[in-house]
Amino acid sequence: MNQLEFIAAGSKAICFAKRTLDIWERLGVAKKMIDKGVVWNVGKVFYGDASDPIYQFDMLPIKEQKHPSFINLQQYYVEEILVEELSKYDNVQLRWGHKATAVEQSSNGASVQIETPQGSYGISAEWVIACDGHRSTIRELMGLDFQGQIFEDNFLIADVKFKQERPSERWFWFDPPFNPGHSALLHKQPDDVWRLDFQLGWDVDRAECVKPENVEPFVRGMIGDDVEFEEEWYSVYTFQCRRMRRFVHGRIVFAGDSAHQVSPFGARGCNGGVADADNLAWKLNLILNGDAQKGLIESYDYEAIVTADENILNSTRSTEFMTPKSEGSVAFRNAVLDLAEEYKFAQSFVNSGRLSTPVGYPDSALNTPDKDAWDGGVPPGNAAIDAPLGEGWLLDQLGDQFAILENRSGLNETELGSLHIVTIDLSTADESRSIALERYQIPRGGAYLIRPDQYVAARWKSAKFADVQNALARAKGSQ
Amino acid sequence: MASLKTTQSFDRPDDVYQKLTEIHRELSAQDSLKLNAKLILLLANHIGDEDVVDEAIAIAVRNQTKA
Ligand SMILES: Cc1cc2nc3c(=O)[nH]c(=O)nc-3n(C[C@H](O)[C@H](O)[C@H](O)COP(=O)(O)OP(=O)(O)OC[C@H]3O[C@@H](n4cnc5c(N)ncnc54)[C@H](O)[C@@H]3O)c2cc1C
Repeated sequence: MNQLEFIAAGSKAICFAKRTLDIWERLGVAKKMIDKGVVWNVGKVFYGDASDPIYQFDMLPIKEQKHPSFINLQQYYVEEILVEELSKYDNVQLRWGHKATAVEQSSNGASVQIETPQGSYGISAEWVIACDGHRSTIRELMGLDFQGQIFEDNFLIADVKFKQERPSERWFWFDPPFNPGHSALLHKQPDDVWRLDFQLGWDVDRAECVKPENVEPFVRGMIGDDVEFEEEWYSVYTFQCRRMRRFVHGRIVFAGDSAHQVSPFGARGCNGGVADADNLAWKLNLILNGDAQKGLIESYDYEAIVTADENILNSTRSTEFMTPKSEGSVAFRNAVLDLAEEYKFAQSFVNSGRLSTPVGYPDSALNTPDKDAWDGGVPPGNAAIDAPLGEGWLLDQLGDQFAILENRSGLNETELGSLHIVTIDLSTADESRSIALERYQIPRGGAYLIRPDQYVAARWKSAKFADVQNALARAKGSQ
Repeated sequence: MASLKTTQSFDRPDDVYQKLTEIHRELSAQDSLKLNAKLILLLANHIGDEDVVDEAIAIAVRNQTKA
């Protein structure tokens, strides 16, 4: 349920990462998102008034995967597509204009009080997922913590509409002539909408900043005087990096911004929320179907917190680079930027946002640690890598159940089937399979066990059924 | 694991010291900070060993309390 009666219009998130596209693929909506979105892989960083970038990066270093590294798409389109897809499920009800106002839980469920314009009612459920955003009502009603760091900076977002041929790339400026001493960002969105983002500093009058006459000079400075543009959405934001100490509180589970908040640099907010949902969904599904104990939910607490911490760490570091907090820190930042154009090593320090990539959980209790020595491949606790497979793609074939990825392991497909594990054999000689074999480094006789969220649970150079059974039990939280 | 060398390295320490300080003579405090930052980045990258850099940071930070 949503207290709003509609999808909120201002687009907050615009950058959606490959991992999110891979998740959406399993939900059947990736193609719609990509068709509507703007695909990009390359980011450029500019410094001062130079028209050439000091540095550029490619977000998709491993090619031959189904999805691009990023698409840009207004969050309201994303929500619209998801809502439309959900309406196809007859076991899902969306209730708009229903506001949660009280919550209570027992050992086997929780109940929520709901208010609507037509009146109020209570609803009981085995589980409640509180994804009610960074000002979470449920978190506040439960008196739970939300600790972290506030950053003393303001950013102006100008989503404007104009027609101009420019490459679909992420352009970032440090100290450009149109925003001296500060940074700026330009992103392309669908429908000829562009996101322009300007760092303003701390001491500003936020109401003044969004007035069209004050936004215009910034826009003109970036795109030039001769381009006709139209306002789509102006706003000023500040941000915090913080999270709850725990995300699971009995039968109430926090996900998305209610549980953690990051700065927008790195596109880790919404992508982080999608990662939470994906991590949680298969676990709840197993629990509700009686295929796993409810203790499996603890692994959501652990893995989602590892993810949130990595997102917070990265976005905090980006913020420190953009808004250095001491004179010494300013000096280092400017030293890096000065050096970067000529000296490649310094480029690696340039931090205009470390963009969202899948987070690994090498120490998750659901992993079966390697007992063989592996050189490369994808270690347990990491997201599976895509590769071409026949006419299609590996991740598509893995689907959303437990899967064995093997190189003639000798495991019996029927036995695996009895555990609801699908089997994909990479051993046949065609070339696309050898790309997959190389990415996973599976020797003849070896196999990987992959979770429903396409994370590696275990791998063996010589796979035995009993090992698979144990690893499966572990991945379902029973050890 | 490599460790930070803290014994004397240079035969002509006065030459090195003079070079490190002379470059600041005409600079504002802000530009000095930036110049030093460049030197540190170049040298840290050359060292290329995070443990050694950590050790240098720890010694420098600890030693500050002496002032
Ligand atoms: C300027 C800006 C740019 C951003 N750019 C990016 C980006 O490029 N990429 C990215 O990944 N992230 C980005 N983000 C972050 C992203 O927008 C958020 O992380 C994301 O919206 C969080 O989703 P959520 O569903 O957890 O929370 P929200 O989007 O806040 O949704 C919470 C929902 O709960 C509802 N609700 C609240 N209280 C109640 C209640 N009591 N009862 C019923 N319903 C309730 C609200 O109406 C709302 O619909 C950006 C954020 C900002 C501000």
